[in-house]
Order: sequence, then structure tokens, then C-alpha cells
Amino acid sequence: MIETRADKAVAIDAVGHGFGALRVLEDVSLSLEAGQRLAVVGPSGCGKSTLLRLVAGLEQPAGGRIAVGDREDPAGRLAGCALMPQNDLLLPWRSAIDNAGLGLVNAGLGRAEARRAAAPLFERFGLSGFESTAPRELSGGMRQRVAFLRTLLAGKGVLLLDEPFAALDALTREELQSWLVEALAQEPRTVLLVTHDVGEALRSCDRIAVLSARPGRVVLEADTADVGRDQVLEALRR
Amino acid sequence: MRRWAWIPVLAGLVLAWEAWVQLRDVPDYLLPAPSAIAQALWDERSTLASQALVTLREMLLGFAAAVAAGLAAAVVMQRLPWLRTALYPLLVGSQSVPVVAIAPLLVIYLGFGLAPKVLIVALVCFFPVTANALDGFASAPAELRSTMRTLNASERATFWRIELPWAAPRIFTGARIAASYAAVAALFSEYAGGSGGLADSMHDQYDTALVGAAIVLLAALALALFALVTVVERLAIPWAREP
Repeated sequence: MIETRADKAVAIDAVGHGFGALRVLEDVSLSLEAGQRLAVVGPSGCGKSTLLRLVAGLEQPAGGRIAVGDREDPAGRLAGCALMPQNDLLLPWRSAIDNAGLGLVNAGLGRAEARRAAAPLFERFGLSGFESTAPRELSGGMRQRVAFLRTLLAGKGVLLLDEPFAALDALTREELQSWLVEALAQEPRTVLLVTHDVGEALRSCDRIAVLSARPGRVVLEADTADVGRDQVLEALRR
Repeated sequence: MRRWAWIPVLAGLVLAWEAWVQLRDVPDYLLPAPSAIAQALWDERSTLASQALVTLREMLLGFAAAVAAGLAAAVVMQRLPWLRTALYPLLVGSQSVPVVAIAPLLVIYLGFGLAPKVLIVALVCFFPVTANALDGFASAPAELRSTMRTLNASERATFWRIELPWAAPRIFTGARIAASYAAVAALFSEYAGGSGGLADSMHDQYDTALVGAAIVLLAALALALFALVTVVERLAIPWAREP
């Protein structure tokens, strides 16, 4: 069968992008099947976060094409993706559960309905008892859990995770990585994970793509089952 | 208790002032002693109290009008960028118009009643609220705005759920600055035309003790309004306080 664009949850095709004279991404082509998890690793400043913003439709690529589902227009891509930023950016004036339900309230649900939708996820994902806690009273790891649930509850098929655990200490980071895999096993989504942590990429995702230093190009793309840490590090050094 | 450190400082200043006046025999038309001011406060207490109430009413109404109008103007300018471009520079420029100079005109337009006084206080207090609110709206992190867009938020939702609450501490800062202007602005307005307020006790420049008493009351009113804003802030946005 000939594969068409619409078969892919995310299709990035020969994308190049820059800011003024600065080339950030060059000829990047990547794609994800529905439910697949792709980690993008690369050195700092190689355009990983820019790639997420492009996929989300927050910016238009200077060259190439991006489709989320069958939509190539920015509004269509925006409608298909939810972004989880590196800093949790929870709203200090909302309780944990009201932060998690933000995307539902934005979509027009009442606050009570949004809470009812979020409550079971708090139960299942180790946050029960923290529903009405203010974000500043939560630990860094707990805040990232809430931020992830907020992303999940936005009801999008594609999750864009931008170094979600980079700000955490090593121990909490490992704990959250397993937590994330567990959560995604229960709530499958298509995931594009940007990280500079090779271990995290290999543990959490089915596929991995390595970008070179700026301008970022794909120097390695493989199933995580087929590559080892050393190969990835080797590609990163190239 | 560091927060009470101002009490010994104030007491020290008052004592030094009293000593200076007593020891150097400073005539009271040059500088009244604190004890003379206290005496005037007591002797004229009923007049001063009714005058203070008049001034307080002008302050409160003017301040409330300034916060409401200042916030509304900021919200409209934030939601309609073209209007902001068209109006904000003029608004900034208008701040160099001395309200003292136009106050008599306002009295001619609006008469000797409460209206011109409230308007003068509102004109003085308006700008800090608007300027701080506009800065506050712009202070929400760009990354949070982007994230909100991917979380189904319309521009309108982003304004009401992110930008406005994010600006709240700044808005209260603006209100506190406005509150500290309100007392002096009310006094301007009373000088411009008929009052019954504290300005009446300041007309006789030779009765310096009474002038001093009126100033003490005016300062107390300013402090009270400032404190009121702070209390409302703590109740309204408890999340903004550092843990």
C-alpha cells in the first residue's frame, strides 16, 4: 500500500527554519505514526524547541511542510497538539486540579466538569490528595506531573514535550521518566519528546532522532530497540 | 519586630523637633512645636474631624473612580492594540499637564460641589493604575502564552485566565501609588474652590499649629487608604505573597 500523508500523526518534510541570518533547522524530515513516541535529542541550541513550536503551528517553517493529521495550516496543527514546556508554568492562583483542567475549561467546560474529568487521572497517576493544593506547595516533581496531566487533558492526539524533566534533580527525573512511560501506557498518545538526556530518550520512546549542532539536521534516526547509548552519543559528537 | 522600627524613628524625630523649638525659642509662626500641634489637634478636634471626613470622601470617591476607569482603560487598550497605539502616547503626554493649573477650570465647568473635586483626585490617580496594569498584562511569560494556545485557549481566554491575573500584583502596586497621591490631590481640589475639607484649616498661614494639625490628619488619611489597598490585596490575591 502506498503511504499517504494522512496516515501519519505527524509528518515533517524537508523543513528548514531560521531567525534572520541564523539558520536553526535544515532539511529536517521526520514522521510519527499514531501512538508512536519519538525522542529528538541534540546539543543545546540545535533547534529542538523550535521544531516543537513549528509542529504546534505557533510558527510557520521558512521552508518545507509540516502536517499534524491531515492538517497543514497553523490553526489545524495547533488544534491537534498540546505543548508541555520545560518550566511547568502552572498558574499560582489555581489549585493543582484546576491547573490540570485548564485545557478543558478553555474548551468551554465548566470548572466543576473539568474537575470531574481530571479527578480520575489524579487518582491513577499518584496525585490523589493533592487536588486542591496550590502549585507552590508542590514539589518540583509533583508540579511536572500536574503539568503533564494538563497537557494530557487538553484532549489532543499529539503531545509535544519540551525537555519536561530537565529542571528536576537526577533522582526525581528518573522517577518521573518511569512515571511518564506508565502514564502513556494507560493513556496512549502520539508523543514528540525533546530532550538532551539520551537515557531518557531511550527509556521513554519507540524511536529516536539525533539532530546535529546548529543548523540542526537529522544525523541519526532509528528505533530505540535497535540502537545503544553509545551509538547515539557517537552521533551526537559527529 | 523589624516592622515596627518606624515607631522609635518617628518618636526620635518628634522629640528632636520639640527640643529644637523649645531650646532655641523658635517662634511658632516659623515652626510650631509638636506639642503645639498636638494641642491644636485636641482643641479643634470637632472641626478637624468633620473636615477630615469631607476630605476623606473626596479621596475615596476619586480614588475609586480612578481605579475603575484606569483599569477599564488598560483592559480596553490591551484588547484593542490599535487603540493603545492611538491613545497611550497621548495619555503619557497628558501626565505633564499640571492638575493644579487646570483645577480652577474644572471648578468653573463643574461648580463648587463634590464633582470637580472627585474628578481632580481621579485625574491625578488614574495614570499609575493604567500604566501598571498595561505593564502587568505584558509581563506574562511568552512561553505560557504559547502553551495556553495549545491548550485550546482563545485570545480572549488567554487575557482573562492568564494576562489579567498575572497583572494583578502590578495593578495593586499602581493602586497603592494612586492611594498615596489621593490625599494631596484632594487638598489641591479644595484649594481650587470651596470645600469644608482640611484645606480650610490650612488657609491661615500664621496659625501654624493648626496647619500642622491638618497636615497630620491628611497624612493619617493617606496612610489609611494605603493600608486599605494593602489589606484588599492580601485578601484578593493571597497567592501573590511570597511563601
